[in-house]
Amino acid sequence: MEIVVFYILAAVIVVFSVLTVTTQRILRSATYLLFVLFGTAGIYFQLNYSFLGAVQLTIYAGGIIVLYVFSILLTSPDGDKIATKLPKSKLFAGLVASLAGAVLCIFITLNHTFPVSRFVPGEIDMKTIGFALLGTEKYQYMLPFEAISVLLLACIIGGIMIARKRG
Amino acid sequence: MIHMEYYLVVSTIMFFAGIFGFFYRRNLLAILISIELILNSVDINFAVFNRYLFPGQLEGFFFTLFAIGISAAETAVAIAIIINIYRNIRNIQVSKLDKMKH
Repeated sequence: MEIVVFYILAAVIVVFSVLTVTTQRILRSATYLLFVLFGTAGIYFQLNYSFLGAVQLTIYAGGIIVLYVFSILLTSPDGDKIATKLPKSKLFAGLVASLAGAVLCIFITLNHTFPVSRFVPGEIDMKTIGFALLGTEKYQYMLPFEAISVLLLACIIGGIMIARKRG
Repeated sequence: MIHMEYYLVVSTIMFFAGIFGFFYRRNLLAILISIELILNSVDINFAVFNRYLFPGQLEGFFFTLFAIGISAAETAVAIAIIINIYRNIRNIQVSKLDKMKH
């Protein structure tokens, strides 16, 4: 059962991530990205990281994709076609580079002997995550949490400053 | 039980699909979508390594969490910049973006 679910998720992710970069219309590209993100959330759920899956669904699928769709609709007045075509040599170069890289990485991954994996099923309870996120001891993450909150504040201000209309 | 390598193969294919899109697409938003694919595949790797190799710890978990947050912030700023570019030159194709050279 678990293996069947994994194969479905893997097929969805592979097919839609290839479609995301090869389709000619940018709005379809954003929609396929949404399916890839759903598949990733499914993998997190399968690894028993429910919190991570929920974060993925709310932030990526709920927030970022909406942002993409709105900006595509704002910036593509003449349909959502890709206007310029690349010369065939560029396409060929990109294809060769990415295929060679993928084959090399998969070859190394399958030949490397990892340490013995001890898959321990079971959920991390919310209390552990909360204490680790907001503690100040070793292996606790108060400082990165605060740094990210400052980063998000800077991003809000920067986004408003860049995107506002200058009168 | 599923072997760890299967997850890694899936995320590798996703990563190089993103790389190919980064080379091939000429639209700024499409390039940004390719970057999202790359970031997402790396997030899968962090979660898988944490679950399979170090199940007692939470490092990969929190790295994924922070990476999701940072990529959201990055996307917001990049889209603000792209909309500003569109407002100035009415185009977001990469080949038309040579005004900033002067």
